[in-house]
Amino acid sequence: MARTFIYIAHRNGVVDDSAAELTVAARKIDPTTSPTAILAGWGADLDAACDSLRSSCAEIWKVGAEALIYPNAEIVRQALASVLPCNSIVLVQHDHFGIDLSPGLSIKLNSAFVSDVLGIESVVGDSLKLIRQEFGGQASTHVRCNISSGAVINIRPGAFKPEQSAPISGTVVDKSSAVGSLSARRRYIETIAAESGDVDITKHSVLVSIGRGIQEKDNVALAEDLAEALGAAVSCSRPVVDAKWMEKSRQVGSSGKTVKPKVYLACGISGAFQHLAGLKGNPFLIAINKNPKAPIFQVADVGVVDDVLEFLPELTNKVRELRGVAAK
Amino acid sequence: MEILVCARRVPDTSENEIELNAAANDIERDDLVYSVNEPDNYAVEEALQIRDRVGGNVTVVTIGGEDDEEILRRELAMGANQAVLVSDDAFAESDGKGIATILKSFVQKGHYDLILTGVQADDGAAQVGGMLAAMLDYPFASLVNAIAVEDGKLKVSREIEGGNREINQIDLPCVLSIQTGINEPRYVGMRGIRQVASVSIPTLGASDLGVDQSAVGQAAAKVSRIDYFVPALSKGAEMLHGSREANADRVLELVAAKGGLK
Repeated sequence: MARTFIYIAHRNGVVDDSAAELTVAARKIDPTTSPTAILAGWGADLDAACDSLRSSCAEIWKVGAEALIYPNAEIVRQALASVLPCNSIVLVQHDHFGIDLSPGLSIKLNSAFVSDVLGIESVVGDSLKLIRQEFGGQASTHVRCNISSGAVINIRPGAFKPEQSAPISGTVVDKSSAVGSLSARRRYIETIAAESGDVDITKHSVLVSIGRGIQEKDNVALAEDLAEALGAAVSCSRPVVDAKWMEKSRQVGSSGKTVKPKVYLACGISGAFQHLAGLKGNPFLIAINKNPKAPIFQVADVGVVDDVLEFLPELTNKVRELRGVAAK
Repeated sequence: MEILVCARRVPDTSENEIELNAAANDIERDDLVYSVNEPDNYAVEEALQIRDRVGGNVTVVTIGGEDDEEILRRELAMGANQAVLVSDDAFAESDGKGIATILKSFVQKGHYDLILTGVQADDGAAQVGGMLAAMLDYPFASLVNAIAVEDGKLKVSREIEGGNREINQIDLPCVLSIQTGINEPRYVGMRGIRQVASVSIPTLGASDLGVDQSAVGQAAAKVSRIDYFVPALSKGAEMLHGSREANADRVLELVAAKGGLK
């Protein structure tokens, strides 16, 4: 089988958590060999990141160039295309960088591309059988990928659980001289930090979180009423922000905030993985959704199939009743 | 600026519960409501706004069959200057690379400064824009959530983790994949669609575009869907089956028990 590479992102000399997950995914494709880590960057940070992988990877390919000091996918792609051997299998994390890098990389390597893979079911000769999802997680699919001329495979974050393995003593191989001249017609300027907003949802232990099921802006008040009665805050999923019904600072998810509440009420939220990625600390998750097939019910502790526009006022009344009784 | 937007018609997941058909080789499509892929609609709106600021034309293209014409009609009603349907039996069962190959041939028939796609469609692959850019050797940026035209170049903002934004300058011609929320797509009513009912939408096939037929369609696809399936379920939520009132009581009890009442 062709060599399997895992592309490892790093920052300030520290490798991304994805390294361990990509290693597990690579082992599913080729159980007999340790995957080769490949890192692009520059200077002491790159050296430190490469060194830190020596205990878990037999071989680490270092691709250093000053133009790679910031991980601009346009430049990283050029560098990788000149370094990677023909027919390589390359695993990349499916995040904002992998989405930027990988489809074009597969063209430059003349190999297959499979996006957002959740599972690797079998490898038979040149045929990989993979698991993906479609329709925002509402349908799962098996996908066949012909790897005879290599493949770039983007792996969903969190889909492969890291495994413990005995430390080894790997080698860093400097491949920098194989990189040709790098030029980009896309230039990184700056990173602008997310706005903090009026309410810091990361500080709340109870979140009433709303999704597309809230249907229109005026209905946001139904969630605000409940949150006020509970002493909670209102957060939301991406469609609510896209529709400008709430500020971006209220969004939970990989492109929004990461929250760690004790209780999370998911109201009219379907449960796309990008949303769930922002939910940490194993909160008690109560899902209310009128679609009984909504993926959120797979991960929730308690589920109610109901229209949030009807259920939220009912729940708010119950909370107010309880408060009223308690006050007497 | 000459702008091309690649759009697609997909089942509307906000309107449909997706279920498998009896043979489990596809989803049940009979009663699905279709609409333009949501990120593509944002891409069309963005193209129209750029055109209205700096001049030029917006062309919308889709690959599909005659059913797909309805989304082109809709984008014309939004204000696109022209729409083209690319359709050929040879294109059936193309993988992402096949679709990008077809679009590359289409792009090379015209002169576009800027090509937009939605970030992803119903299959969640987020692949065609990046592939098309690499085939054309144009620069590419994904997950774009703001665009400014400056001195013959673009300043684009990309959505990265945690709500942060990565600002890049990018040369033209280029390909951008557009993230939802970048703008507020204008409303299109039945009246608007009726007004463009007589606008002709040309249909182009493989030979019109000079597509290498060995590079598209099922035979060329290195990636193919085998089936749809229902995954082995995790234990899942404890579902409450009471009346609305009883369910609300129980939810409140649970919230209180988990320390959610202060």
